[in-house]
Amino acid sequence: MEVLDRYEPLIDDFEAFRAACERPLPPVVRVNTIETDPETAREALESEGISVDPCEWHPGLFRLDTQPGANWPYYHGWLHGQEEVSAVPATVLDPDPGDRVWDACAAPGSKTTQLSALMDDRGLLVATDNNLGRISALRSNAERLGATNVAVTREDARNHSLKPWESKPYDAALVDVPCSCEGTIRKNPDTLDEWSLEHVEGIAGSQKGILRRAVQTVREGGHVVYSTCTFAPEENEAVLDHVLTEEDCRLVEFDLPLDHAPGVTEFEGEIFDESARKAKRIYPHHNDTGGFFCAKLEVTG
Amino acid sequence: MTDQHDGQEFVRLPTDPGDRIHEDQPTREEVLDWWVDRFGIGRECLAEFSYWEKGRGKIWAFHADTDSPVRVEGLGMSVLRTRGDHWKPTTNAVQRFGNRAEQNVIHLTREQAAAFVAGEDREIAWDGDWGYLIATHDIVGETEPLGVGLYLHGELRSQIPKGRRRDLGADQ
Repeated sequence: MEVLDRYEPLIDDFEAFRAACERPLPPVVRVNTIETDPETAREALESEGISVDPCEWHPGLFRLDTQPGANWPYYHGWLHGQEEVSAVPATVLDPDPGDRVWDACAAPGSKTTQLSALMDDRGLLVATDNNLGRISALRSNAERLGATNVAVTREDARNHSLKPWESKPYDAALVDVPCSCEGTIRKNPDTLDEWSLEHVEGIAGSQKGILRRAVQTVREGGHVVYSTCTFAPEENEAVLDHVLTEEDCRLVEFDLPLDHAPGVTEFEGEIFDESARKAKRIYPHHNDTGGFFCAKLEVTG
Repeated sequence: MTDQHDGQEFVRLPTDPGDRIHEDQPTREEVLDWWVDRFGIGRECLAEFSYWEKGRGKIWAFHADTDSPVRVEGLGMSVLRTRGDHWKPTTNAVQRFGNRAEQNVIHLTREQAAAFVAGEDREIAWDGDWGYLIATHDIVGETEPLGVGLYLHGELRSQIPKGRRRDLGADQ
């Protein structure tokens, strides 16, 4: 937990932040609107004696008082276990039915299937991962939830090829990168045991490469959402700063009905682009969730 | 374009029977006809999809399209196995499309449904066709498909894959 002390200069109420990081999180499910609607799913859960506490900001997210996998609505593919903040980036990207969308780091598919549902399961959704085991989980989640517009590719996202997809650019991309996962500490208390600055800086290199490739594959005027579940500015604002310099894109404002802080423009002597303030940092004490970072870019060239 | 199916790429099902790449490959029309003939699931829903084969007789439905062949890990949903005389739908396809079925649907009580999703076989009276049926039950006042059962000799044999089985108990 001492690792998190490096963020004290960034966080208003650091004691509340520390206290929240030590509390466990309740199980949360997302209602799969490919198969049902929130009212029906809630009724089905309650008819099995499972109490449902809907998240205020999203009508299809329920906090449960039990593990989500052993009930009839789950069996029918009406529910998917997904941490509350992990539902943020797909709602920020908000693709339309019929769009062409790339999910650059897709496995195990929570956000992929959420994107598919937002697209009404219509249009092309290419879901990429580079690990066969994780791809197996991605495929099984997509099929269990009835998502039929998802194409799964195994690639290094930094070298993603448009050739299988008629070489046409995407309308939008979600870049929810592998990260140091500091924000998942409430779910995985040992997540910081292996933390090192070398790891953070190393993984930031691939995050920059993946986000650059996403900007290159999206049409002018299209959007790219970048997200992590970590607090480290090296993996967040520094990645944005790099891609703003190297690619034709800009950060844009977006609405988020959860408490949050703006992106930071300075950390440990490093200065980041002023527009990094348009990104949003969700700390665990803000909404009693995991930690998260989310930014929205528009492609300009 | 390759002529041979190497099992690693997806090939779009032909519209013309003369374009089959192996003798057992179904055409798109044959797949659409099968869902109508077996379950009464109309074309208006399933004709929206492109149909692909990866490996002999494994048919996928994709709610988009691209150039064939394509070498990827997944393309929509695996929906149907067409090897052998009796084509077999997948659990996922039946859960996704089975609520449109009008025939060869066997409706289960909650106790029977719990046994079915646990992977158990049950003696159940049924005076319709033998073979692959869509099993359904009622949940919050709606009839929902559970998966595929094989009906033979007075018994409904659950075809739910091991990873999808659940012990949901008759009392829930």
